[in-house]
Amino acid sequence: MKLFRLLGRSVRDAFKSVFRNFSLSLASISSVTITLLIVAVSMVLSYNIENISTLIKKDFSIVVFVENDATAEEIEEIEDKIKNMDNVDSYIYETKEQVAESWKKSSDTFKAIIESWDKEENPLADTFSIKVKNLEDINNTAKQIKKINKISLVRYGEGIVEQLLSVLKVIEKFLIGMVLALVLVTIFLVSNTIKITIFSRRKEIEIMRLVGASNSNIKMPFVIEGLFLGLLGSLIPILATIYGYSALYNFVHLENISPFLQLATPSPFIYIISLILLLIGTIVGMFGSAGSVRKYLKI
Amino acid sequence: MEIIRIKDLEKKYKTGVTAIYDFDLKVKKGDFIFVIGASGSGKSTLIRMLYREEKPTKGSIIIGGVDVAKLRNRKVYKLRRKLGIVFQDFKLLPKLTVYENVAFALEILGLPRDEIRKKTMKALELVGLKNKAKNYPDQLSGGEQQRVAIARAIVNEPKILLCDEPTGNLDPDTSWEIMQVLEDINKLGTTIIMATHDKEMVNRMKKRVILIDAGRLKEDYAKGTYTHEIV
Repeated sequence: MKLFRLLGRSVRDAFKSVFRNFSLSLASISSVTITLLIVAVSMVLSYNIENISTLIKKDFSIVVFVENDATAEEIEEIEDKIKNMDNVDSYIYETKEQVAESWKKSSDTFKAIIESWDKEENPLADTFSIKVKNLEDINNTAKQIKKINKISLVRYGEGIVEQLLSVLKVIEKFLIGMVLALVLVTIFLVSNTIKITIFSRRKEIEIMRLVGASNSNIKMPFVIEGLFLGLLGSLIPILATIYGYSALYNFVHLENISPFLQLATPSPFIYIISLILLLIGTIVGMFGSAGSVRKYLKI
Repeated sequence: MEIIRIKDLEKKYKTGVTAIYDFDLKVKKGDFIFVIGASGSGKSTLIRMLYREEKPTKGSIIIGGVDVAKLRNRKVYKLRRKLGIVFQDFKLLPKLTVYENVAFALEILGLPRDEIRKKTMKALELVGLKNKAKNYPDQLSGGEQQRVAIARAIVNEPKILLCDEPTGNLDPDTSWEIMQVLEDINKLGTTIIMATHDKEMVNRMKKRVILIDAGRLKEDYAKGTYTHEIV
């Protein structure tokens, strides 16, 4: 009962203090807001770049041409072998006629050329298009496929894949580093702002001690206040993330420029980011206060 | 009955200055004691050791059976809850009303609301500020602020009230009013120890007076008219 009363009073005092020290509260809230906004933007950005890089990676495939004289059984055998490879995610098999059909659809020039051929004359080959699970192993997979009988050609964008992968890796590392650095900056900035606001209230803490408040008596309202400030400060960044990104997603259509430039679907990732922002705000608020108050307590 | 027993007390600051030496004192329950001495004589240090803001380097201070000198920092609040302390600069919380300032000392104890209200109003009535309960400290005069501080100090009905120059910032008439309030409290059974510079007032009150000179207990007058030229 006593504990609940003390807790209730801490909550009430924290509320009171937020309003009575309004300018200090506002300083803390806006510092949380601004830094979390930057964190939110960087997280949205890096998630989208990650998304684009996944799209690019998914677009790579191994193209396998089957020799012209392969029998139906041999083709089936090739298909079996491909199907059973570890790194193969999915594949499409097209006969040379189907390949010709799809080329015809892709442009009028191709259509004119292909239609000029005799039926027997089709120079194309029966083709497997294979998507791999792990792009980094595409080289080995291609080598394995080459060993299969009755295969004339295996292509997977040699050279380009390796370069692209190394570029994407650098970008990913950079983005993770950036988000982490920003989170650290947030923690530093917010806890510093809180430190300053508590410094200006050190007399209050001293008086509390003098009238017989225990360390936890003193700490509790400050910790709860830190939690409130963090909560209030993360409100705008969260709303900005949810509504801002949804609006962006609805109005900006970059896929018209290139099929890879697709914005990531808002749900659920904006909610995950919101949760992260909320956690950063409240946890940094609480621990920032607790740590700063500690300095003025004699322990 | 002794309520405070100080034995062989010594306080040496880290700077090498020794503020209190060889200090022995017995305080009886219900005493009203003035602690006088020149600036820097060590009277503030003595008071500060009584509420364990300073830790003695040697000796013991027994208050209510507990050696305050050995109290850990974390446990100091237990002592403070048994004491009332009044300061020269009032030390009120400016963002809280008079009522809230006084009630604060009870809220940290986790008392029920009704009890807090009753005790707080009683304390404010005792110092004559019941009608200013909703004001903020900066809306009050110095004497009124000090009375709020006294109300806060006595609201938990402590056995001992420590006052460190409570009238130092006040004019003579207001000081006298404060002394009347303190005397009323003393009559209710609270032991009061008050450090002061105010010679006139000490002589007028005729209480026990101890004179500290350069960190030593120099004189202990039972009925305090003193003629020493100090201050």
